[in-house]
Amino acid sequence: MESILFLGTCEEDGSLGKPARETLGVASQLAAQLRASFAVGLIGTSVQEAANQAADSGATRFLGVCGSDFSHSRYATDAAAAEALCRAANATLILAPGTSRLMRCLPGVAHRLNGRADTHVTAVAANEGAITAQRWYYRQRMEARFTRSHRPWFILIDPGAAPVWSGTSRKVEVENIEVVLPDSARKTEVTGFREPEAGLNTIRPDADLLFVVGAGWTKKQPDGKVHAAEAEQLILEFLKHTRCSLGSSKSLVDLGSEGQPVLSFLSHLNQIGQTGSTPRHPKGLATCCHGEEPHTIGWRFISERRAINLDPQCGWARGKADVLYVADAFAVLKRVNELLKGT
Amino acid sequence: MNTGYHVVVCGGIVPDPLQTLEPVSTPTGPALKNELVLPATLDPWACHALYEAAHLARQHPGSRVVLVSISPKQRLQQVMMTIAQKVPFELVALDGSASGFTDPAETAGALAEAINGLPGLNRERLLVFGGWESASRGAGVTLQYLAERLAISDVFMGVDELRVNADGSLEVVERIEGGRQQASRCSGPPVVVGWATGKLPEPRNNPQIGMQNMRAIIPVLQRAKQVKIGAEGVTFASVTLPKQLRQTRIVRDATPEAIAREIVEWIKG
Repeated sequence: MESILFLGTCEEDGSLGKPARETLGVASQLAAQLRASFAVGLIGTSVQEAANQAADSGATRFLGVCGSDFSHSRYATDAAAAEALCRAANATLILAPGTSRLMRCLPGVAHRLNGRADTHVTAVAANEGAITAQRWYYRQRMEARFTRSHRPWFILIDPGAAPVWSGTSRKVEVENIEVVLPDSARKTEVTGFREPEAGLNTIRPDADLLFVVGAGWTKKQPDGKVHAAEAEQLILEFLKHTRCSLGSSKSLVDLGSEGQPVLSFLSHLNQIGQTGSTPRHPKGLATCCHGEEPHTIGWRFISERRAINLDPQCGWARGKADVLYVADAFAVLKRVNELLKGT
Repeated sequence: MNTGYHVVVCGGIVPDPLQTLEPVSTPTGPALKNELVLPATLDPWACHALYEAAHLARQHPGSRVVLVSISPKQRLQQVMMTIAQKVPFELVALDGSASGFTDPAETAGALAEAINGLPGLNRERLLVFGGWESASRGAGVTLQYLAERLAISDVFMGVDELRVNADGSLEVVERIEGGRQQASRCSGPPVVVGWATGKLPEPRNNPQIGMQNMRAIIPVLQRAKQVKIGAEGVTFASVTLPKQLRQTRIVRDATPEAIAREIVEWIKG
């Protein structure tokens, strides 16, 4: 008989974030299918509001580790809190959102409990009592379905892979789990956060559109000259109007780090594809991108895809985009910006 | 006082990203078609970790950089021919599977044993580096298992920057959600650092460094210990390539004005 624990961290305002609510839905559904005992475990400064949000999830226990030591993302304290919650719930299956905070600490907790952890899981299903997880291998090149006999089994669900769960909020009784931290757990101190400069976007999971810029923006144009400055201005204006996610190919980012005169605002945080991120957005617009399969992995999880390219055979687009505009991206984006500005 | 660090970089080999990959079924579980002859490279994030380690070692005299790799030794030797030309390091080779379908807990077990067996290991100056994910399994799990096995309680993942302060504390910048980064200060080693892309470009090939490295690497590869890395308790029901092929509508000979209008309508729709 499985015992399921949904494990989440609270946002700064004490609520459950979108990835947490997505995973809560998966856990709730799985618990109902397996008729398993179901508990919610939360970590944060204060967990009451998040627990209230999960009241309708079918969970019968609400456990919390709270206090100022658990407000920030730090391996030692997060791992201690998660370990305490898992032990208190005596869970065999732990479902958690694949956020940077939990991705960092839960594999370590799995080791402490002699369990196993699978991350980047995109689906979990129960069939005649057997639980199957699904995830990608080799950087989104192939997808596998598998089962594990090891327990406890930590399953971290990729953000955006499941619908967002919602239910009526009502007050629930939270069992506070005491965690005594050794001094060594405070060896690391979170000192702050860095945001992209105003007007410059990187990968923003909440954006509706992913805008991908390729190396073509920095190649010689029909007049025989490079127009990197003009490209920068057009791209920045497009970002300002659409507030989209900005992705780039590795080659373009690498050129920037080598000090060559390219698009100065790009960094490795923008990199998508085989050695970058594979973000999930409803729409994607690729401009001046080239390359075959390994490079196109960056928009594996983009639902609607369009591309602008001068090459009608472009591997980024043919068979991978819904629409390919064979056109000069400079001219098109300039007019797009004018139209967006006027609306 | 020796201010050098003992930097241990963990990294395996992966198929060259430009290769077409196809899964096949074997008696021991899934594998890649022609896996043993596919051109390979050192995992891209492990490479970044190695370059950052060498950079740190240059800044702190007395430092030592050791690359610990679990890979089939013949293929590792081919990869070393290139990597050895980049930066100076010592190699500890374990002859075992580098497949993405193995279990990270088993990989971490073998890595921990190798690290604990390093002669002259100084835990007070130990920095364990690796890629935050790999281009094979891509799980981002091995380093945390390793940290637990090495009893290291400070772990950083998705690291873009690591600086050493004058007092010996470490400033670490990690990637978090929404294009943001979290900055932390750790009082000092030992720490485990899973690197994202870092900030350094790929070093140029230096044949002198290559020759110097290879003199030590070849004997290490020859006596590489065999390790059994599998995926005990995991049963793969299927491993498939994505089949989705889109019917691309190709728009030629349309004016920028017409294309721009269509794109704006689509963005807003």
